[in-house]
Amino acid sequence: MELILSAGIGALAASGIYLLLRPRTYQVVIGLSLLSYAVNLFIFSMGRLRVNAPPVLEPGGAGDLLRYTDPVPQALVLTAIVIGFAMTALFLVVLLVSRGFTGTDHVDGREPPRGD
Amino acid sequence: MSTEGSHRAVTDWLNHLLILPILLPLAVAAVLIPIDERDRTLKGAVGFASTLVVFIVATILMRLAAAGEGSLPGGGVYQLGNWPAPFGIVLVLDRLSALMLCLSSGLALAAQVYSMARWHTAGHHFHSLFQLLVAGLNGAFLTGDLFNLFVFFEMMLAASYGLLLHGSGPLRVKAGLHYVAINLAASSLFLIGVSLIYGATGTLNMADLAQRLAALAPESRRLVETGAAVLGVAFLVKAGMWPLSFWLPTAYAAATPPVAAVFAILTKVGIYVILRLHMLVFGTAAGASAGFGQDWLLAGGMLTIAFGTIGVLASQAMGRLAAYAVLVSSGTLLAAIGLGRPEMLAGALLYLVSSTLTIAAFFLLIELVERGRDAGADVLAVTMEAYGDFDEDEEEEEVGVAIPGTMAILGLCFCLCAILLSGLPPLSGFIAKFALLRGLFDLPEAREASLISAADWIYVALLILSGLAAMIAMNRVGIRTFWASIEGTIPRVVVIEIAPVAVLLAACIFLSFQAGPAMRYMQATADDLLAPLVLSERVLSAPRAGGQ
Repeated sequence: MELILSAGIGALAASGIYLLLRPRTYQVVIGLSLLSYAVNLFIFSMGRLRVNAPPVLEPGGAGDLLRYTDPVPQALVLTAIVIGFAMTALFLVVLLVSRGFTGTDHVDGREPPRGD
Repeated sequence: MSTEGSHRAVTDWLNHLLILPILLPLAVAAVLIPIDERDRTLKGAVGFASTLVVFIVATILMRLAAAGEGSLPGGGVYQLGNWPAPFGIVLVLDRLSALMLCLSSGLALAAQVYSMARWHTAGHHFHSLFQLLVAGLNGAFLTGDLFNLFVFFEMMLAASYGLLLHGSGPLRVKAGLHYVAINLAASSLFLIGVSLIYGATGTLNMADLAQRLAALAPESRRLVETGAAVLGVAFLVKAGMWPLSFWLPTAYAAATPPVAAVFAILTKVGIYVILRLHMLVFGTAAGASAGFGQDWLLAGGMLTIAFGTIGVLASQAMGRLAAYAVLVSSGTLLAAIGLGRPEMLAGALLYLVSSTLTIAAFFLLIELVERGRDAGADVLAVTMEAYGDFDEDEEEEEVGVAIPGTMAILGLCFCLCAILLSGLPPLSGFIAKFALLRGLFDLPEAREASLISAADWIYVALLILSGLAAMIAMNRVGIRTFWASIEGTIPRVVVIEIAPVAVLLAACIFLSFQAGPAMRYMQATADDLLAPLVLSERVLSAPRAGGQ
């Protein structure tokens, strides 16, 4: 499971960074989203991977760390998702305004000259 | 009984003072949103009242913090939800956070007054965004918890995105696009750093972290250091360290003047967090990790000064000059932290206050000076016409009563800015730089030149050269503007525009005259920073409210 998760995070992060460095604004947005998915999964994994364990204490099993998963990273992920979502929405608005002003979706606001 | 009861009530009230700088702007921002955009005077008045209250609270808190922890209600620790420190979220007030709180709210007050002359009409929800920025800033300074630092940081950044785009126009949108993208990427790094630190230590509370780090296994230690490095990069982006600062001049020069003035403190938030974490987590108590990352800070800081100095010299427009001055100021502070001399800390803090006030005043002044000059003002007018409300235009024409001697006052303010920025003798810019240099040469063990390393000499050279460059650049711009101005029209300036500039500069002058008490406060702050475990002990042992 560790291998799959780390490979997934790596693939998401790599694609995210690649897209983030692309010249089109839409690609940058998608890149940022992928990157934030990677980061969220990463935070999640920092609470150690467990299968079939609840993040809350069960009646009777209180205080036994072996019976439940760390709830803190899950709370952090929740906050990070909400904030990331809001930021992506805001970025989309900026992107649309930029597109409206310049008529192009290039991040610099103008097309690079064609080098033939 | 009754006196004890009233004493208790006063202490309780004072205790809740600590959360007011966050809650009040947040509430006011929400209240301002449904008010009609045409009631700008009302919005401005409510926003101003809120910022003023926050500023007053900040000064009270600073007085309390200055008097020592005994006078602080609840030891300066505010437990949200009334859970004790490592488990619950806490706000922590010490001398450093009180100082930053005071600085940022004072700056915000000045910028807000300035904006009410004309800039808040350039777009919607200016005052709401402004209040959110203030709330985020204050939260970032007060929080004692890494993840809440992220939350407040994002709040501050989200408001700053809106404010940077305020006034619209293709230039601002383009700069804003880059600014948002780079900051979102930096936020991802922030989260990675925070979660790495959590994964290795199992805590997010800074005070708890400081205590746990000394007894950490070597492999976990490496993880914490990696996390701190990743986290540091996120803050260095914000602070504008050299390779990470390419977005800064464009964004700051494109922002509207009151926004740019508040942005002067945003870079200092990055510096503040680096200073705080460096001292708390990688200070003397950190065992093997003590002084982690210092060389990088030193090298990066010096390169930032060099880059900023070249930028200052190369700038044609005053806005860019000021933006590069921000970089020089950041670099000076980063390198000062990187040198790792405890004697320099007090000077660095004084420099932080002085340079932030100066740069903010300069950002506000630039627009006033350039208003009388050239195409810039025309472009602005077009932008306002296209995107502002039309009914506001006639009113604006009447507001601009040219006060006599406008040019003289502007010129005087400009001169003061030049002296402060370059660090020439009488004013606080000089005192701060002198305090930095004195800390460098005033070694306690031996005052011998042989103990001063090459890095120190380079730092000295850079500090002095950057001042010289600022002087040259300011002279050039000043002569072009005031002496040999071609257009020769006197800018129309309203009193509430020049007053904030004058007040900010007066604060610097006050700081120069009161350098003794100021330095004593800074020294006490530095001593606090050098004994991080005292603070973390205070945070962790703070009693719960309700006497339990």
